[in-house]
Amino acid sequence: MSIQFNNETFRDDYSFHNSEWAIKRFPFPFHEDSYMYSMNAEQHQGGPDGSVYEKRFDVDEHYVSEMQDRAKVLADDPLRCQSLPHMTLAGWDLLELIMVSKSEDYPDLFELHRDGNQWRWVNKPLGIDDPFTFLDDTTLPYGPMEYITRQTQGDFALLDQREENLWMDAGMITTQADWSLDFDIGMNFFEWHAPVPKANEMGIFKRALKYLINIPQGSPGRRLNWTMTVNPLLDTSPENYHKWGIQKTTLTPENIGAKQHLRVELQTFFRLPRSNALAFPIRCYLCSFQDLTTMPKWGRRLHRVIRDLPDELATYKGFIDNRPMMLDYLSKFDDGLPTSPGIFPEPETEPPLKT
Amino acid sequence: MSAPQKTKSGPAQIDVTVSAVVPVTEFVTRFEFTRRDGTEFPPFSGGAHTVVAMQDGTRTRLNPYSLMSDPADLSTYAISVRREDDGRGGSVFMHSQVKQGDAMTLTNPVNLFSLDLRAKKHIFFAGGIGITPFLAMIGQLELTNGNWELHYASRTPENAAYADVLLAKFPTKVHVYYSSANERIPLADVLDGQPLGTQAYACGPERLIDGVRDTAIGLGWPDSNVHSEEFLAPAAGAPFEVRLCKSDKTITVGEHESLLEALEREGVDAPFLCRGGACGQCETDVVSGAGELIHCDHWLEEEEHASGKKIMPCVSRFVGELLEIDR
Repeated sequence: MSIQFNNETFRDDYSFHNSEWAIKRFPFPFHEDSYMYSMNAEQHQGGPDGSVYEKRFDVDEHYVSEMQDRAKVLADDPLRCQSLPHMTLAGWDLLELIMVSKSEDYPDLFELHRDGNQWRWVNKPLGIDDPFTFLDDTTLPYGPMEYITRQTQGDFALLDQREENLWMDAGMITTQADWSLDFDIGMNFFEWHAPVPKANEMGIFKRALKYLINIPQGSPGRRLNWTMTVNPLLDTSPENYHKWGIQKTTLTPENIGAKQHLRVELQTFFRLPRSNALAFPIRCYLCSFQDLTTMPKWGRRLHRVIRDLPDELATYKGFIDNRPMMLDYLSKFDDGLPTSPGIFPEPETEPPLKT
Repeated sequence: MSAPQKTKSGPAQIDVTVSAVVPVTEFVTRFEFTRRDGTEFPPFSGGAHTVVAMQDGTRTRLNPYSLMSDPADLSTYAISVRREDDGRGGSVFMHSQVKQGDAMTLTNPVNLFSLDLRAKKHIFFAGGIGITPFLAMIGQLELTNGNWELHYASRTPENAAYADVLLAKFPTKVHVYYSSANERIPLADVLDGQPLGTQAYACGPERLIDGVRDTAIGLGWPDSNVHSEEFLAPAAGAPFEVRLCKSDKTITVGEHESLLEALEREGVDAPFLCRGGACGQCETDVVSGAGELIHCDHWLEEEEHASGKKIMPCVSRFVGELLEIDR
């Protein structure tokens, strides 16, 4: 399959758009008509053909434009990419994992040629053809983590594992849902999760940490998380809150369908073999309400989930003020019919919206 | 979340051929493996272990061994096994039955004893066969000019596996002590006055590990800078009956068998990684039990041991009428 890469922006004129193909494969995060936190993790060993779960690192029509947006964010704020000195080996681990995975999963787009430690990496969509020496930092234009994550969609946190805890010791974070690598760097798992409401009382973090610490080599895991974003912004960072936070007040009943986006993170977890660190890719997918509601099942379900979500979660996710307007819009897509279980849209079998 | 997948709970497996069986000392033999599909092994980090599956008649033995080969050479994995004549039989099986050319199965590497890569310096304390993880750690550190030293205690020069190779290669970094010559590792001398940011690692008999930890703490080392690996072999004990709620079965755990092994024998899918009470993967809820749980793991907290609600089936046992667990 060859991918047509979009020419689009995630800022200024917001020309970002999803094709019909991208809408259909959007990772809708609600498997039932209600939502509460859970450690909803499963193995990341493929998925249905064409779905975002199929490949180890999904590449889609937004690849080239997302990489251009990342380069702009880094040019304005180099601290979005940081790696403490002991994390260089983990960076090489990540580079190897991504290069091997992408060249195997997308041979028409990426090539990796290896002769001992003499490697050559070909990235056709970005026009890159670089020979380098594996594990020799001086042979790449950036550190290994920065080099490969400037060419891979999604944010990346590299977590060092020691003292039965995980430590946020390196990362490339430019498409985040309102958290800051510069603030969190060096923190442990409990420290960086401290702002999340309710979950601590539910004992979720202790269980989640045990799960993550035990992710074995060769058996990656994945889960979904979600929030809401007004305008298709990848960079919703605390550093730039003054630029994007205000945009939440620009919603109107007329523009909400186009402007309000459901933001879904496909989080995956890989044990890195040479460093024993954990790679935590966080891939962001955006879909506007008007595109989501083209799938009758998703329209019905999104209305019910947003309507019934506890206030603390709507506040934490930053849309409590806009919730009434969202519900006015979404209620038009909820005719009360039951929805089938699971996250997939089932457009062939789900009944059309009763009008 | 998406398509449900049914996979077995243990780590991924690698089919291998025994490529060499090399006697190292009277009691220690090295086993080298190549992949049966001809590809390279997965990279691994120093301190990682693999679980070796041994087909001993109808019984499958699963024993963890530290990978001791050079992490830079992925054509081969190697382990060194000390023959324990009074053990549970796995090491004797390896020594007496396993031959060059045999087909076996290993698991992907799992590391519960990894280097702290922040360290300015690494000090290794090995007792006897506890040398094995350090061989791979040294290989890893040598690739990056890491700063390390090794203190290795053995009974006699003849018993000190790999001491000759290490001394020849790293004469200023390796120190060997023979109890037959009344030599002991001078723990206090070694641990005192080390630069800030030094990490210490101990592997071997319990008294060596306790000695390193107690001496270091006494000298003001942070507890988190002292690392140890002690694999527990499951202890033998009186047979006991277990009711498996989910599987709707009642099974008997034999005298020389762990609860985890009994579950596997009965075809019940049970998760595991280390099989030595350290990793927490096999943690299982106890539904009821008229009797006493014999906890042998390093994983559960004291309160959890006392609660009677959790058991680690890889090493822990039960004495009493009937144990009921959530498997």
